[in-house]
Amino acid sequence: MKVTTIRDNSNARNTKNNIFLGVVIFFSLLTVLPIILIVGELVVKGIGQINLSFFTEIAPDTLQAMVAKANGETIPGGIANGITGSLLIVALAAVIAIPFGIITGVYLYETPGKRYSNLIRDIADVLQGVPSIVLGLIVYLWVVKHITHSYSALAGSVSLAIMMLPLIIRSTEETLKMIPGTLKEAAVALGVPYHKIILRVLIPSSFSGLLTGILISISRILGETAPLMLTTLGNPRINWDITHPTSAVPLLIWQFYNDPNMVELIWSSSLFLMGFVLTLNIISKRISAKHSIN
Amino acid sequence: MNSDKITKYFLFAGSLLILVVAGGMVFSLVGGAIPAFHKFGWHFIVSSDWNPTEGRENYGALPFIAGTLITSVLALLISIPMAFSTSLFVAEYFRKTPVASVLSSLVDLLAGIPSIVYGLWGFYTLRPFIMHLGLSPQGFGVFTSGIILAIMIIPYATSLSNEIITMVPNELKEAAYSLGATRLEVIFNVIVPNARSGIVASYILAFGRALGETMAVTMLIGNDNKIPHSLFDTGNTMASVIANQFGEADGLKLSSLIAIGLLLFIITALVNTAGKFIIKRLS
Repeated sequence: MKVTTIRDNSNARNTKNNIFLGVVIFFSLLTVLPIILIVGELVVKGIGQINLSFFTEIAPDTLQAMVAKANGETIPGGIANGITGSLLIVALAAVIAIPFGIITGVYLYETPGKRYSNLIRDIADVLQGVPSIVLGLIVYLWVVKHITHSYSALAGSVSLAIMMLPLIIRSTEETLKMIPGTLKEAAVALGVPYHKIILRVLIPSSFSGLLTGILISISRILGETAPLMLTTLGNPRINWDITHPTSAVPLLIWQFYNDPNMVELIWSSSLFLMGFVLTLNIISKRISAKHSIN
Repeated sequence: MNSDKITKYFLFAGSLLILVVAGGMVFSLVGGAIPAFHKFGWHFIVSSDWNPTEGRENYGALPFIAGTLITSVLALLISIPMAFSTSLFVAEYFRKTPVASVLSSLVDLLAGIPSIVYGLWGFYTLRPFIMHLGLSPQGFGVFTSGIILAIMIIPYATSLSNEIITMVPNELKEAAYSLGATRLEVIFNVIVPNARSGIVASYILAFGRALGETMAVTMLIGNDNKIPHSLFDTGNTMASVIANQFGEADGLKLSSLIAIGLLLFIITALVNTAGKFIIKRLS
């Protein structure tokens, strides 16, 4: 009689298993490391520069910064022109993108199977992947060259609005899909006119989802630098005229980075920018967690 | 016409904007690129000469196409082990534990950090470190850019893969365990084969992100208009050359930059469409 021996290799298999777990934990920690290093470095280097005048005064010029540095003082001034510029540009971008984004999202939700809807959906997907610098180029050709005839806040807003648009369209459609169909049916059964169904039923019941989508899209565009370099250029003063060159916080960071006298200001400005973006992110996560339909 | 019809037309009219924007983009890019393609023809894509001297102007995009592809592929290769481990950590090993949710929110933070801040960190922290290791004299170049890009695209690579890995049916995993499989064997024989296309799609989309990244790369790649010869060589990408050279550009140079923009647009659109196509086939 033949005896088959089954080799017991469970030890080797268990060892491999444990080694792999170790590798996974190692690489996961390696992923976390840069986050901690980046946030830590910004906080350590930037917090000292943040004071009241950081928010109320405009950016210093090279000479002021050089004199202050030579005397061993902290560099005067702040980033008020950048903050107001960012507010202006982002607010205008939101005003352009939000209504069109929501209208298009509602349209896609209302006409799901149509070939035209699929086309719009595909275009939104492609548009979402277009590099922001390419959007800057295009808006330069459209707005800077033909509408405002100079670098302008409006041009920056248009480029950022194009970035926001596909995000809002898709988040609107996805949010609407989660509303129970019975709500709409009830309204239809009561004979409510179509526009009132949209304004009084669909949008209010998906409000938190829409808000989350809007906040996320704003947090995506707040830190954008590349398209603004090609469209709004920057401005040493506070400017509220949308047809004039305007500064923005990321543009100021770029300017400080390129000027050896002002390089110390990059940390506080970056800390401010990142803090703002992350706060928006956290708020939007909170809203969506609170109101998620389960 | 009744009010319902008006509402319908109103919605339809609103949806036209994105169509007009997309059509206008293609129209403007192609229109702006025509002078460059007319002058240089196919040489524009295969020539590596970038010479703005007046009278002898010659523009070729090959160094930038090469720079973009090399940095993005490198970024993808670096980010895959990190992204894959993070996904397994969050969606399999420590699924639904507090430590997993901490890790996934930290990775989400990565997506919220602006590109220019990555550039600054790369310039002031990573670059000196690369110099310290003696890998390159100034610390600029393909390798430094690749590392930063890799960190930047991790959240894009993990968000979808996490979801897909979580969706692998428990019955399949339990069946494998009951046959005596170890966790490692379950991961590579059950989870990965089931989630493969979703994971691949998310890495393709992350790759698409890397292709178009501008600021961080511009600050780290060294801005040298030549094809990089080694990992530690300097170079330029399509996005970074637009950012760098745009300020002083007009005429043929502007047209060449727009042509590079058009090529970048086409490449990213193809990569993204491939990724989305795989995702669509999944659902």
